[in-house]
Amino acid sequence: MRFMMLMIPKGYEQAAPGAMPDPQAVAAMMKYNEALQKAGVLLALDGLHPPSAGARVSFSGGKPKVTDGPFVEAKEVIGGYWMIQVKSREEAIEWASRCPASGNEVIEVRQVQEMSEFPPEIQQAAGTLH
Amino acid sequence: MIVTDTHKAIDAVWRIESARVIAGLARMVRDIGVAEELAQDALVAALEHWPVEGVPRNPGAWLMASAKRRAIDLLRRNKLLERKHGEIGYQLEAEQMAAPDFETSVDEPVSDDLLRLIFAACHPVLSAEARVALTLRLLGGLTSAEIARAFLVSEPAIAQRIVRAKRTLREANVPFEVPRGADLTARLSSVLEVIYLVFNEGYSATAGEDWMRPALCEDALRLGRILAELVPQEPEVHGLVALMEIQASRSSARVGPLGQPILLLDQNRALWDQLLIRRGLAALQRSEEVSARPGPYALQAAIAACHARARAPEETNWERIAALYAELAQLMPSPVVELNRAVAIAMAFGPAAGLDLVDALASEPSLQNYHLLPSVRGDFLFKLGRFDEALVEFQRAASITRNSRERDLLLDRARACAQDS
Repeated sequence: MRFMMLMIPKGYEQAAPGAMPDPQAVAAMMKYNEALQKAGVLLALDGLHPPSAGARVSFSGGKPKVTDGPFVEAKEVIGGYWMIQVKSREEAIEWASRCPASGNEVIEVRQVQEMSEFPPEIQQAAGTLH
Repeated sequence: MIVTDTHKAIDAVWRIESARVIAGLARMVRDIGVAEELAQDALVAALEHWPVEGVPRNPGAWLMASAKRRAIDLLRRNKLLERKHGEIGYQLEAEQMAAPDFETSVDEPVSDDLLRLIFAACHPVLSAEARVALTLRLLGGLTSAEIARAFLVSEPAIAQRIVRAKRTLREANVPFEVPRGADLTARLSSVLEVIYLVFNEGYSATAGEDWMRPALCEDALRLGRILAELVPQEPEVHGLVALMEIQASRSSARVGPLGQPILLLDQNRALWDQLLIRRGLAALQRSEEVSARPGPYALQAAIAACHARARAPEETNWERIAALYAELAQLMPSPVVELNRAVAIAMAFGPAAGLDLVDALASEPSLQNYHLLPSVRGDFLFKLGRFDEALVEFQRAASITRNSRERDLLLDRARACAQDS
């Protein structure tokens, strides 16, 4: 099963567009990423630019509306993610617990939905059924 | 035992750490069976302590330290025992091994130990079945019960298989080491074979079966990815990983709602997992960077990659696939590879070219009861408008196959020949 570990750094919602992480934190994180890789569980990972450089597309009233970042109403934003393949929810949590994160950071662990979990009507809509 | 959150957490830690712990201990005690027992004892200790004291900050180090203490106790006991018997050879050796090791940091030479453990578990002195069970148990962190469920075998049978395998390794005096030179190639291929066997067992699971079976694909991929990090200079390891990643990318697309297999060219490619395809292509590239002369796994991965790269079936580079099959046939000549080459050639250059090759295989004894031979030949004949001959081939194929869905499909094709002729 796959899990996404979503990194939520407090304060990132206000970070300037070119904000760069601290080199020491990066070095620790690289070691962590390497451990995930060596354990054969890491599928993908990415860090994201701050929301101040991003945009939100909302659909209220059925029409897309674009708002440029930063987003004043956002209390938490995602700073990056890891996609891992593990044996259980507990294993995903164990890996998240090993992250050298700092005091302002939170990792949210979420399981990825697999097509095979869906009932037939959803699979049909997705085009798995012939 | 009550399954509490702590117990589940211990399970997770065990899954992550057990192979490293067993590997470290095996270096000290030079016996995989004993190493596993010591590691299990450490697990039992964790189950006693952690629910009360909480999970330690570095649970892996805790397990390793606890297991090492037990190992040293054991070595001391053996030493006393052997002194009594006047045998000091083994004891001296054990002492030399244990002493420096106790000092080394827990995560230092772990990768070497892991590699030694993999090579021991996949030692050719063991049967393929035994290698698979032992590898999943020692390196995959699976319990005997889980392995039994995955392989549709009883739990005592698996437990027995593992016990025997450990005994065989002990009796054969299999050294706990990484093979070198020419030996390495042969031993590595034994390891790769085990991993691919596990993968294929999971891949052949049908819909509705116990989820432990398809999960074997993930176990195999994990082992393959670990191995690729341990021996990055070995092209075939990356080749195997690439092959498995690309095959796994199709798992949502390859089975229909009633469990019927959907052939590659009929699959909905939008359901192919692009993340796994990307990983597969990257692994294939690593393999090609390490060696310009691809081995059997890298070649099979390259063939799989041709399909993965084609956005639609008609965009498939069949000429390249035919050439890759020709290379594969050189490395491991097999009538089945030759039959696949015939299909690729027919796709690339027309059914007449394919038919020549298939006709050459007609007398192949190993293919006499292989339904794909008449099925492929029937398809070529059908495309050439030789419907009467095609009909005979499809009927023959239908009479050989053991799969009822496939039989229906072949009989449908036979009927279509009768209509067209």
